[in-house]
Amino acid sequence: MNAKTARLAFVASIPVMAGYLVLGAGFGVLLQDRGHGFFWAFLMSLSIYAGSLQYASLDLISGGASLITTALMTLMINARHFFYGLSMLDRYQDAGKEKPYLIFSLTDETYSLMCAPVPEGADPRRFRLLVSVFDHCYWVLGSVIGGLLGPVLPFNTKGLDFAMTALFTVIFLEQWLSSKNHAAALLGLGITAVCLAVLGPDRFVIPSMVLITLTLATLRRRLEVAEDER
Amino acid sequence: MNGDLHVLLQILVMAAVTAVLRFLPFLMFRNGENRPGVISYLGTVMPYAVMGMLVVYCLKNVSLLTAPHGIPEAIALLAVAALHLWRRNTLLSIFGGTAVYMLLVQLIFV
Repeated sequence: MNAKTARLAFVASIPVMAGYLVLGAGFGVLLQDRGHGFFWAFLMSLSIYAGSLQYASLDLISGGASLITTALMTLMINARHFFYGLSMLDRYQDAGKEKPYLIFSLTDETYSLMCAPVPEGADPRRFRLLVSVFDHCYWVLGSVIGGLLGPVLPFNTKGLDFAMTALFTVIFLEQWLSSKNHAAALLGLGITAVCLAVLGPDRFVIPSMVLITLTLATLRRRLEVAEDER
Repeated sequence: MNGDLHVLLQILVMAAVTAVLRFLPFLMFRNGENRPGVISYLGTVMPYAVMGMLVVYCLKNVSLLTAPHGIPEAIALLAVAALHLWRRNTLLSIFGGTAVYMLLVQLIFV
């Protein structure tokens, strides 16, 4: 049972491994370029563990931004994690002593794996913990490799980070195929696309999340009725 | 040395603020009974909407107006969807789509 759960958790985490090793290495390389070697990459990936923030932090660190600015940037970039927690309240309810770690390590990618059903034959509690630990290891490992190897990677990895896009797309498709009502999925796509078009790539995430939340809350009655009819 | 200390403090601030954001919902709605209905409801519908958001998020730097007009991304996404509808094998769909994308951006749309 334990070995089977571990194997299933590893298989589920493979797409994230591909993405995290590449994105983590990218971060390690860039951080090293700015004069902070692999130890700093290790420290940041271990303790912060948030990809888009760590990329944004490159400018904060080399520019010597104040702690207040750093805190505000973090708040802006990572506000979406608050919303992720909302949908994990029940799933993590009975997690026991590993719950703080599960919450700490809830990145975009781990969140997407947690939204997918636990595979048949796996112990759900162990499965979720292992997937979270594996993902965290990939990220730390990737950034250390990047910091160490720098620009001498053995093969052309251009485009490999598309694994992340593909992962989200597959989970989106799976959710689509497993439900009759597509209102929430379409709202997520549509609202984000409009916000991106209007506000540009640097500041559309928080407005999108707020609009999605408000719209879903407003449509609650209609969507809940639709839910009963599934 | 002073510079390194400041970087260390910056890392500490980023780690702390990120952790607060992640823990906050669990601290606010600790037990099921005093959780407002709308929160439970958002918890069930949010994953569907968020996954749509994340797909768009990954494509945020694709420019439709300048070459290659998002064509590699569109082809690779179609490959992911087609593979997935065909075999419904998550790993196959992800790696197949990624391989298609890497070939496109390394060999064709250089």
